[in-house]
Amino acid sequence: MISQAIPEASIYQPRPAKLIRTEAIAEREKLFEFEFRDGGELGHKPGQFVEISLFGIGEMPNSISSSPTKNCSFELAVRNVGNVTSALHGLTEGSTVGIRGPFGNGFPIDKLKGNDILIVAGGIGLFPLRSLINYVLDKRSDFGRLMILSGSRTPQERMFVSELEKWQERRDMELLETVDRGDEKWTGNVGVVTTLFPKVDIDPQNTFAITVGPPVMYKFVVAECKKKAIADEQILLSLERRMKCGVGKCGHCQINGVYVCQEGPVFSYAEIRKLEEAI
Amino acid sequence: MENRIIEKQNMDVFVNNLINSDAEVVGAKRKDGKYAFGKLADATELCLDYDLALYPPKSYLLPPKETLIKFELGEELEAEPVVEAERVILFGVHPYDIKAIELLDVAFSGTNPDINYLSRRAKVTIIGIDCLNPNPNAFCASLGTATTDTGFDLMLTDIGASYVVAIGSSEGEELLGKYAVTREATQSELVQRDEQRQKALAKYKVALSMSAEDLPELLDKSWDSPVFKEKSEKCLSCGSCVMVCPTCFCFDVQDDIALNLKQGERYRQWDGCMLVDFALVAGGENFRRDSETRFRHRMYRKGKYLWERYGKLGCVGCGRCASACLAEIASPAETFNTLKEERRQHD
Repeated sequence: MISQAIPEASIYQPRPAKLIRTEAIAEREKLFEFEFRDGGELGHKPGQFVEISLFGIGEMPNSISSSPTKNCSFELAVRNVGNVTSALHGLTEGSTVGIRGPFGNGFPIDKLKGNDILIVAGGIGLFPLRSLINYVLDKRSDFGRLMILSGSRTPQERMFVSELEKWQERRDMELLETVDRGDEKWTGNVGVVTTLFPKVDIDPQNTFAITVGPPVMYKFVVAECKKKAIADEQILLSLERRMKCGVGKCGHCQINGVYVCQEGPVFSYAEIRKLEEAI
Repeated sequence: MENRIIEKQNMDVFVNNLINSDAEVVGAKRKDGKYAFGKLADATELCLDYDLALYPPKSYLLPPKETLIKFELGEELEAEPVVEAERVILFGVHPYDIKAIELLDVAFSGTNPDINYLSRRAKVTIIGIDCLNPNPNAFCASLGTATTDTGFDLMLTDIGASYVVAIGSSEGEELLGKYAVTREATQSELVQRDEQRQKALAKYKVALSMSAEDLPELLDKSWDSPVFKEKSEKCLSCGSCVMVCPTCFCFDVQDDIALNLKQGERYRQWDGCMLVDFALVAGGENFRRDSETRFRHRMYRKGKYLWERYGKLGCVGCGRCASACLAEIASPAETFNTLKEERRQHD
């Protein structure tokens, strides 16, 4: 009666992965490094996400923070905000979790090659962007300039501080930081991330702007990119939605007719400027 | 398509033979003055002249709650996929519900085939029946879903003294040969079937004021229409409209764990875009916080999004949502017709 063949495996069945390392990032944020129990690789692209399961608690989508150039293991950076994240934060090394994915399109690496890259990170938007940054650094000659504008609410809420410091020292990239509210020790820029735009000179023809941050940030970042004459096709955003199933069925991540878990989470501004409710 | 005849006095025999086979037979039964699909214990329980069942037969393909994985926590995590599928014969499914199942078939196959849905689907046989007494809220006739040439194993039409049976699949043909007393249909009986169908089409009280194919374009131009706010102001956000819908297939996934904190299961259950926390993410951002955006999303999903994604409309005009909605705002036909009228005045 129905011609569709029944698949052999369930798209909802996670692969067991072992937690091999954790590292505190900030007060509510922690980095988790995993290895698949079956020895296989995740095989992801920067900008993709996984669904992580803690059986008995639940499953949640989370971006991948490590570059695929890092072998075998992979890292997820997680802010403790809900049931699953809270349970995850309590796990000790050696514990097993379930992983499905990678899902989503990821950043268009092939298009980015040969171009300058302007990364605009807001808060934990740096988590998925770290995957791309480290990818570009590992394949440095494939790309042009690498510029990062990173904004945090406060100096205490800067993510991956030791990496930021290393990036600051490198000569093959530029990093500008800002905080919304400084403190007595902070000597850097104060203001939202868009206040950093006047401080960079770019060649709009050859620049891709790539931004991840809280939903409220996007309109302002897009406006700044347009001021710099970056074409809509070269402004890339990763959209946050509730990607419950990851496989385009459950409907939670829908923006209009688009399933963010399938067609996204990375979109060019050209793709979404007419997509109501997207940003 | 081959057509046979089952005399009315022989119908109970067919149904009871099916009930006594290895399959569960499900049909519309009377329930508190209305109709509901349920397992049949005897042919006498089956209603073939019902107008509308409270719930669509979707539950037999996508149950309201369905286990996806069973797990056991311990030193080593054990998690096994669960695939449950029983032989079910859906007896007396109206064409609009068959059209809805055709949409579900596409949505659950494709690039990420869903083993749970497809396993159930492979074991479901559909015996349709033309709806000759449409529900007052139904508007199938104007959507082209009041009759169907596809999606069934057998399709019955009541022509008075007998049923014409159209054979839609080899499985249907086999069931008929094995369990029913049939004879060849005469030309005049096929003419009577067409007449019955035509008569039924004239009975619909609600109609879409345009062709269904024009809906996506109409919606393209209607995003800012005041109708979404006006109607949604009455919305209770109860989700009744999506829970009774034959084409809605959104779901939530949750874990349940036993009191010993060892064995548990991961299940999915129906969820709906009209519910307030449907698009809520961690951290508190809700991408469709107000009922206007949820109301509009549902209408667009029915008239545009699913059409563009799967080539099938997300509404089959059954009228269940309109019947279930306490605020009397759920009927897609009503909203679409208002939008059409607004557009006409605008142009």
